[in-house]
Amino acid sequence: MAMEDPDRKTEVVLLACGSFNPITNMHLRLFELAKDYLHETGKYKVIKGIISPVGDAYKKKGLISADHRVTMAKLATNSSDWVEVDDWESSQSEWLETVKVLRHHHEKLSSPDTTISLQNALPLTKPGRKRKQEPNRHDPIKKKNQSPDGKNVPQVKLLCGSDVLESFGIPNLWKLEDITEIIQNYGLVCISRAGNSIQKFIYESDILWKYKNNIHLVEEWITNDISSTKIRRALRRGQSIRYLVPDVVRAYIEKNDLYSLESEDRNAGVTLAPLQKNASDSKN
Amino acid sequence: MSVKSRIPLILLACGSFNPITNMHMRLFELARDHLHQTGLETMAYGISFSCCHNSFRCPSVQRGKRQGRYQVIEGIMSPVNDDYRKKGLVSARHRIAMAKLALETSDWIRVDPWETEQESWTETVKVLRHHYNELQSKKEFMKNKQPTERSTENFLSSQCSALPELKLLCGADFLQTFQTPNLWKKEHIQEILEQFGLVCISRAGSDPAQYINESELLTKFQHNIFLVKEWIQNEISSTQIRYALSRGLSVKYLIPDSVIAYIAYHNIYTEESEQKNEGDLLQPLKLHNTAM
Repeated sequence: MAMEDPDRKTEVVLLACGSFNPITNMHLRLFELAKDYLHETGKYKVIKGIISPVGDAYKKKGLISADHRVTMAKLATNSSDWVEVDDWESSQSEWLETVKVLRHHHEKLSSPDTTISLQNALPLTKPGRKRKQEPNRHDPIKKKNQSPDGKNVPQVKLLCGSDVLESFGIPNLWKLEDITEIIQNYGLVCISRAGNSIQKFIYESDILWKYKNNIHLVEEWITNDISSTKIRRALRRGQSIRYLVPDVVRAYIEKNDLYSLESEDRNAGVTLAPLQKNASDSKN
Repeated sequence: MSVKSRIPLILLACGSFNPITNMHMRLFELARDHLHQTGLETMAYGISFSCCHNSFRCPSVQRGKRQGRYQVIEGIMSPVNDDYRKKGLVSARHRIAMAKLALETSDWIRVDPWETEQESWTETVKVLRHHYNELQSKKEFMKNKQPTERSTENFLSSQCSALPELKLLCGADFLQTFQTPNLWKKEHIQEILEQFGLVCISRAGSDPAQYINESELLTKFQHNIFLVKEWIQNEISSTQIRYALSRGLSVKYLIPDSVIAYIAYHNIYTEESEQKNEGDLLQPLKLHNTAM
């Protein structure tokens, strides 16, 4: 007889989409901050983090091949026991809207095979022994069977910086129905610098305000401005990027001579895939 | 300018390193890049700025590398003695061990325990003098030796190159501390600026040139103060790291994994450790008060 655990927490998987061109210590920090924050609420348990680099078809200026970006992200997450890289998005031939990536991962987590493999992956506690409060331990999934309404399926939440949230306001970058589905069905964990005006942005948007309970704002007190753009700039200028990206990533970039004036010029003059897609869709 | 004709330079950073963070190590990297890429034309004014709006047009630029006046051959991290009495300062044994772990992957920065091995707290100028004396005696020793792999020894053994310059590496807030009453002796500040020099890293938005301007002493020796701007903000203070650790929050990617493991294994930072030296006067303030 299975009993409902009064301490039951909602299981969460954090999904970060982006160029990761290249991945930096700041990207990796987002996961750590989000996990700490959700655990501190007492209501959530973060069981996995997924980095999903965007496909080459995104056509962003300076975007180098997905193969390299995925490899660097994998190297960077080698030392993490809960964050991993997924290359489903980057292996699609066309650019995919973020909401589709969320749907894909949600479906993947809902399938019975995944539930079983997740169980096998997590450390087990002996029955009858009282679990100590250790915030970083992953609790095993108690119920073996999938209930019909999918109650045990972990929630997938979009992890991002405040720049992504604010990009909702850029014309033609996002479809309104996508934004709605993302915050209504999934939810956001948004990391922003202390003092940032993101709360004002949410206040001024009707759709964001409506689902503001699904938007978790996490303040980052340690100013950490390590953007990929700045990393690429430093590399072009022969400056050191040590201690800003994991050392294995730095070594990989150096060995493969990844970033240069030429690589930065890729896709120059080309319209970003979402802008192109939404503009042509609206014409129909 | 060939490498041989550049002036060899060693960077020395003094501080608590309680614990060492990625930011501490970044300071060294930034300083070295700046000194290597500082052109002669900016030296006349003494205050050189991080490159470089001209980098794409400058013919001497090859993938961003410009010929600077200096060749940085070594970085030295010198953790402060326990006798400094700063609140929350954990044992030097641990602070040295953590710095060593953090610097394992660096081929030019090292930790020096001399300051921690002294019986009492040592004024910064004396630490500089000590390391400079070491340089001089090494040069004497190396005069007749074959040059080896290490670049310091290469330079020291060369007959024609000058003795390396030793400069104090610091953040912009350090300049400000010169104004704190009783923290520094005036003659020490002068000696540091005149005999050695400062390489001072500041973040976008702060204006160290102003501190220099407001001080007659600093203005007099501004030719020996190198200001480096950090455009990629990365303000990982040790204090914040300790807060995070005491609250069970993650500090991964802010300090090296090896240091995180060390801290966990030895249980270094606790509520108790943070209370150490509580109520005590900082040693330099104590010394200068009694002297008066």
